[in-house]
Amino acid sequence: MTNIWAHYRFLILRRFTQVGLMLLYIGGNYWGWDFIQGNLSSSVLFGFIPLSDPFAALQMFAAGAIITTNLVIGSLIITVAYGLIGGRVFCSYVCPINMVTDAANYLRRKLGFNQIQKKQPASRTIRYWVLALSLVLSYILGVTAFEFISPISITHRAIIFGVGLGWTAALVIFLFDLFILKNGWCGHICPLGGFYGTIGKVGLVRVDHDEEKCTACMKCKEVCPESQVLFMVSKESLQVLDGACTNCGRCVEVCDDDALNFSIRKLAKEKIKNENNK
Amino acid sequence: MVSDRRRFILGSLRSAGLVALGGLVWSAYVDEVTANKLILRPPGAIKEDDFLSTCIKCGMCAEACPFDTLLLAKPGDNKPLGTPYFVPREVPCYMCIDIPCVPVCPTGALDESLVTTNDVLDINKAQMGVAVVDTKNCIAYWGIQCDACYRACPLMDQAIHLKYEKNERTGKHAFLKPIVDSDFCTGCGLCERACVTKKATITIVPRDVVIGTLDDHYIKGWDKSDEKRLENAHAEITTTKRSERAAVDFLNDDIGGLLDD
Repeated sequence: MTNIWAHYRFLILRRFTQVGLMLLYIGGNYWGWDFIQGNLSSSVLFGFIPLSDPFAALQMFAAGAIITTNLVIGSLIITVAYGLIGGRVFCSYVCPINMVTDAANYLRRKLGFNQIQKKQPASRTIRYWVLALSLVLSYILGVTAFEFISPISITHRAIIFGVGLGWTAALVIFLFDLFILKNGWCGHICPLGGFYGTIGKVGLVRVDHDEEKCTACMKCKEVCPESQVLFMVSKESLQVLDGACTNCGRCVEVCDDDALNFSIRKLAKEKIKNENNK
Repeated sequence: MVSDRRRFILGSLRSAGLVALGGLVWSAYVDEVTANKLILRPPGAIKEDDFLSTCIKCGMCAEACPFDTLLLAKPGDNKPLGTPYFVPREVPCYMCIDIPCVPVCPTGALDESLVTTNDVLDINKAQMGVAVVDTKNCIAYWGIQCDACYRACPLMDQAIHLKYEKNERTGKHAFLKPIVDSDFCTGCGLCERACVTKKATITIVPRDVVIGTLDDHYIKGWDKSDEKRLENAHAEITTTKRSERAAVDFLNDDIGGLLDD
């Protein structure tokens, strides 16, 4: 039992926050709970604190919409909060698509798709292109371009406001990640992930690697959805400073040697030292 | 072997091509889905073009609506995804006097000032759409007595009034014909909901779709306020060359001459 807890504590925590938030939103809509109302695009916390998706706000700005103070405050709160704890904490602890892509990834490993398809035919920088394209198209078309197609919003709305054909978006992502590209959506394409990754570059909560304890079993790299961020494993004692890291904690919990742990970002001096060591 | 230089050029070309491909497919979809102009928006909604850039699709308006009138567009609805709309034949807008759906909007896509008179919320100012009567199939226009829409209208005798006319066919009955006044109609849809025909013969249509606009050539000479539009009037000089031929010459042309023009 303690073994299960040790090996899955962050996964359990993540599912708890993902499902818990969803329930709170559903309660907000159907039963009028005023803990959190709205959805991931924009919400109201405790009935008066605005929270807004800063990426949606950026698209609105590009599309030429008048931005309200409410929206600015809501976006700033979200930006600062994720900036402190690591931007892509949104991806691993909040986003409903995370469960879909995790399921696809799990099946991939279990069925052996990763063995027959070793070479990934796409670059992880696509998301930044999609991010830029979202803003350019928003400007040209005068609409919030990514919000018009976002499978995250579609799925989240389907959960809170009624399904309809909303499940198709999640299915498309699932099939894409399972059969076409490993970590395809979250790790390569999603511009929201790219956006939060950019915010999260300065995040304070970081995974720390201790090379002396590492036995190079590489379990961490196998479970990591952004395995390139663990380049230092078994080579060097470094903190994972890449914004693409989602702080999901899978590497920490699968490590049997206590070589990976959450830590607070080291002081600037030591960071520079680390970078010089590279 | 491929040189580094060639590799770089090909790589850049590939990225640019993929961006163009994605951008074209993406904008084609957006263009298609925004082409639907028959969408009824909540009260206080700003102009549709601005609405599409300003609505953040949070659903706060739909949550606030006590009658579950407002829906958020889902895949399969063929409307811009996540934006609020309503279907009056199913659930019309019940015109709450405190308009709970509007003040909760975080982005101003639903604008309180559009439904406010003298600093007080005024749902009667809403312009969600306008009712249009199908006078061929409306049974009141047949001479059968039905005033369902008239009685359902929250602005009775303003937005819908009944026009009494003699029924010449029977010689002793009256028509009670519903007439919509677009100056007052809010587009709430209570009439469409109440209509007794199988498919409603009074339907709500977005105002932009059916309300016409005038240029400065036509002015109500009997209306002082309308005459103000004359200030914008300007002369237009047409440049079509005057034909030198007599009218009779055209009569004598064969059909070929007409086609040539």
